[in-house]
Amino acid sequence: MRILSGLLCALIGTSSQLAWSAESRSATGEQVFQHWCVACHGEGPDKPGTGALQAKYKGRLPALLEKRSDLTEQLVKFYVRHGVSVMPPFRKTEISDADLTALATYLAHAHQ
Amino acid sequence: MEGSVFAEAIAGFETAVGRQWVYTSEEDVELYKDAYSPFWGEPEERLVSAAVAPESVEQVQQVLRVANAHRIPIYPISTGRNLGYGGSAPVYSGSVVLDLKRMNRILEVSERNASCLVEPGVSYFDLYRHIRERGLKLWIDCPDPGWGSLIGNALDHGNGYTMAPYRDHFGAHCGMEVVLANGELVRTGMGALPGAKTWQQSKYGFGPDIDGLFSQGNAGVVTKMGFWLMAEPEAYLSGTVQVYRHDDLAPLLDEFCALINSNGMTATTRLGSPLQLGRVFGIPPDPEHAALLDNPDVTPAELERYGMTHDLPYWTVDLKFYGGVEVVEAQWAHAVRRFTQKLPEARFSKGELVRFPLTDTQAAQVMDKASLGIPSLGAFFVGARSDANPVPSHGHFWLSPIIPLSAPDVLEAQKVFAQAFRDWGIRPLYRTLPQLYHPRAFYLLFGFALSEDAQTNRQTREIIRRMIKLAADHGWGEYRTAPAFMDDIMNVYSFNNHALLRLHERIKDAVDPNGILSAGRYGIWPKHLRKPAA
Repeated sequence: MRILSGLLCALIGTSSQLAWSAESRSATGEQVFQHWCVACHGEGPDKPGTGALQAKYKGRLPALLEKRSDLTEQLVKFYVRHGVSVMPPFRKTEISDADLTALATYLAHAHQ
Repeated sequence: MEGSVFAEAIAGFETAVGRQWVYTSEEDVELYKDAYSPFWGEPEERLVSAAVAPESVEQVQQVLRVANAHRIPIYPISTGRNLGYGGSAPVYSGSVVLDLKRMNRILEVSERNASCLVEPGVSYFDLYRHIRERGLKLWIDCPDPGWGSLIGNALDHGNGYTMAPYRDHFGAHCGMEVVLANGELVRTGMGALPGAKTWQQSKYGFGPDIDGLFSQGNAGVVTKMGFWLMAEPEAYLSGTVQVYRHDDLAPLLDEFCALINSNGMTATTRLGSPLQLGRVFGIPPDPEHAALLDNPDVTPAELERYGMTHDLPYWTVDLKFYGGVEVVEAQWAHAVRRFTQKLPEARFSKGELVRFPLTDTQAAQVMDKASLGIPSLGAFFVGARSDANPVPSHGHFWLSPIIPLSAPDVLEAQKVFAQAFRDWGIRPLYRTLPQLYHPRAFYLLFGFALSEDAQTNRQTREIIRRMIKLAADHGWGEYRTAPAFMDDIMNVYSFNNHALLRLHERIKDAVDPNGILSAGRYGIWPKHLRKPAA
């Protein structure tokens, strides 16, 4: 929420017209990813999410979420709110609906 | 409870925190279920009736006044991420969760005094980022999952991995602010002195020290807590002592005790046994070694022979030193001399000297992050899908008996639990040799996988209950557990007809007469929900 508030303040300070354009959602989505997801789904040998996806797909799909081209916004939202395997769901006090929309948009297009 | 009373309370909560921060829809309250619940999908699953998320201490006070007036059970959580120990779900099903995640302010960090004052929603990641962004010469001590709350973890008696004064997270705290069940605000230690200048420097203030009431308890809602941090050391040096005979364990641990009790080493460590466990984390043992490990009747002599021919130590102890470059080198040399005098055949493996500060790139490349106060989520490899674990678990939960730091006790505990697991036909998802979290005793860690199958989970719960009893019969107690087993563990702390629990209950009745706060947490129930003693 702090991330979102901070970004909104910055946007309002420059041009309120920019708030929640697709571009701004995408930028915030990357920040949400860095804040909440990268500790498991980032690069490196100590990232269990990346390790699990590598073991699951064995290279058929990228282990890094940011390199996946098959993620839809709906799929991202489902896993964040429902969890999978040892990944728990995330509450709305952690990732708000607005932050989740931004995150989903980001991951659906991050590979481009 | 009548629906109208609950509806009135919800309206009161909405007035206190704003309507958007009161969650009542099924979709929203589902998110508060324990993601690692051992009751997954069963009738005993702990459910949440609503969740309220204040952003200030004043809002917490108002929420508790409303709850107290309407006798609504409240269950506070900090970040709600103590997965394996209950997560964000209440012990008493149907409670309203008081979600303190929005209270995420780092109120003060003093580099000069190496201390901080934080709110419950501040995670180890948050404080680490705050310190790194400002270039402060401070370290945090973090538990395995970095997304946990400093306050929540300390209140659950969580542990970390650096030096002894910091890795006992409750022991490293200094000063609390607490909201009582009636909404009254209390500050402990020096904080009780208006305008105190040493709230985060001097622990006790004046009068009885009551901070422990709020750890593993349900006497109030902690809204601020101070912690002592570690000043960044100049260097870190680690190494390993390796011995190759089964009977080396006693002199190894005797000398280890002498070393830590003289502050010759103050870091955490674990006893290792590459021979007994195989090579941990990833690389499986070779077929000959695997066959030995699969043989329940394998003798120490047989394992020793394999170890001698394959250069695998029977026992290892890691040593870690923090301080000036010449200091850590001298500490290592001192330790090597002492162990060599006791165990002339011991071998030593010295790690690379690490100097601080680390760049962001260097910090990211550290594998043993917790030993350098760098938070991560690496612990979630346990149960996750991997080549060695192609069918991932849906979570896990833990049991950790505490045993004496001595060879006879380590060997007895190994024998007792190994025999029990054979008798019961189970193999834990994860087990360690003893870990040294606190300086005077060992923790044994057993992790159990959560299944999608209710019958499997029922069997696992039964095994856990048997283990609690078995450990207690040998004088080994647990330090922490998931809500499913809190009553079981409190029940074995039964000296003098459960005198300690009865004292907890008298205190509970006095400070929370309506019994609204965290009913059942750590086995302490309010009087209207108390069951007759077993």
